[in-house]
Formats: sequence, C-alpha cells, structure tokens
Amino acid sequence: MKTLAELQAIKNRMKDKVVLRDGLEGIRVVVGMATCGIAAGARPVLNALVQGVNEENLEGKVSVTQTGCIGICQFEPVVEVFEPGKEKTTYVKMTPEKAKRVIDEHLKGGKVVAEYTIGAAQA
Amino acid sequence: MKELSLNILDIAENSVKAGAGLTQILIDEKDQVLTLSIIDDGCGMEPEVVRSVVDPFYTTRTTRKVGMGVPLLKLACEQADGKLTIESVTAKQDPEHHGTKVEATFHTDHIDFTPLGDVVSSITTLIQGHPDTDFLFRHTKDGKEVSVDTRQLRQILEDVPLSSWDVIQWIDSFLREQYDDFNTVT
Repeated sequence: MKTLAELQAIKNRMKDKVVLRDGLEGIRVVVGMATCGIAAGARPVLNALVQGVNEENLEGKVSVTQTGCIGICQFEPVVEVFEPGKEKTTYVKMTPEKAKRVIDEHLKGGKVVAEYTIGAAQA
Repeated sequence: MKELSLNILDIAENSVKAGAGLTQILIDEKDQVLTLSIIDDGCGMEPEVVRSVVDPFYTTRTTRKVGMGVPLLKLACEQADGKLTIESVTAKQDPEHHGTKVEATFHTDHIDFTPLGDVVSSITTLIQGHPDTDFLFRHTKDGKEVSVDTRQLRQILEDVPLSSWDVIQWIDSFLREQYDDFNTVT
C-alpha cells in the first residue's frame, strides 16, 4: 500500500533537485484543456507527454503545462511547443502515440514532426 | 463526453479559473443514485451568469464568456434521469463565504448513464496542472471511501511541487489502490 511515509521519502529525495519553473529558459509544451480539448481526448495526450518527458529525463529542460481554449476547437487535441528563439509549433489532432513521436523527434531530437502540425492539417 | 470523469475534469477547471483555493470533488453513490458535487471557494457568479452557464442559448447580451462545459454535464445527468443544480455566492455578496457548488445526480441503473470512467486520471491531471491550488477528492459508496486531500500532502511535501512526476505517480497509485479495495464486493 502507498503510505504517507513513502511520500515523505519522495520529498526528501527531491528537495535538493532543481525544478524547472515557468519563465526559465527551456521548452514549454502547452496542452489545451478546455471543454473542446477534453472532449476530443486531451487528457490521455497530456498524460503521455508528462510521462514521456519524465521517462526520457527531460524534466530539467521541458515543462508540460495546461491551458484553456486555444480557439481552434476543430483541431483539438492541440499541443503547442514554445522554444526560446524559435517559432511556436502547433500540433493538432494529437493522440498519445503521436505525443510519443513528438517527444522523441522534437523535444529530444530538435526536429519538428511536420506531418502533425497545423500547417500539414490545413494543406 | 465519453466518461463522466471528463465532465468532472472540465467543471473543476472552471473552479480553478474562478480563483478557487480549494476545490472539492465529491462523489456519493447510494441506492443506484450517484451524486456528484464540485464545490469551490472561488469568486462566484452573479445569478444572471448562473442562468447563462446552464442554458448556453440564453443570453442577456451579445457576448458571453461561458462555454459548453456545464450544458454537457446537464445533458449527461438529465439523460440518466438526474438533475443539475448550481448555487453560487459572489465575493461581492459575501466576502467571507463565496464560491460555487455544482451538483449533479444520476441514476446509475439508467440505460443512458455515462460511466464514471477513469476518475483517478482526472484528479491527477488537475493536480499536475494546478499544483498551487488545493483539491479534496472523496468517493463514497456503501460505507467505503476513496479520498485524497492535497492540503495534507502539501504539509508533507513542503516546497516540493505537487506536480512533480514522482508525486503525481504516488497520488495515482495511492488512489488506484484505494479503488481496488473499494470495488471488491464483500
């Protein structure tokens, strides 16, 4: 059984760890979590991103956060990637599987997965 | 929405947006009736706004700030023979005790009852996205209970964020283990 003592141990392990905070230089991954996003399947996409970023040890470099309606409800679930000094990337109609590829190729590899972007969806 | 847990996530997001310090998500099941209450201490809504969030096609002005979240929950409960009520007190009306309570009932034996789905995932998603606000989740049924209160966890964690991956995983397992027990028929 999970116990509060276990949570205490997690705290002791983590208290000295540097945690990426908003505003620091780093990649920001933002998932639309308004009614439109949630209804279209944003929850598993967000969870896949949070899990993947941590499994790949990217948490010092990449933050995953939630936002409201981005205004392109027909393209939900929408994931935006903000990188310092680069143009924003907007991924549309995301799935947990697509999220895994974005982690591997974009967040780790630095290469935008062009076929999942809004540009490709509208072409 | 395919799962009631997605409506819960959606409605609770409204509470966070209303500036809630504590959002309570309470589910009680008794005699085939499920009661869902989402109670926050946020800024509250004027009566006119309460009316407009329930009926998306009611309007007193040409622009609205409200969306389809509450109407979708209303649809889900009414198709399962239930009822949706909203009570709200604005900070202007009562600076001490303000906030909003959304309550929805469902007949779980109704053919159009939307299954609860992965409610644990909705709770961890809320905590991950809003680590600086508190959530109390409690699901009760036949004397059994599943619950988590981030205020209690925060006391242990001190300045370690609730959104830390290890913490989120701990909360996920903590709730799922409680549900294993909860769902065992005795």
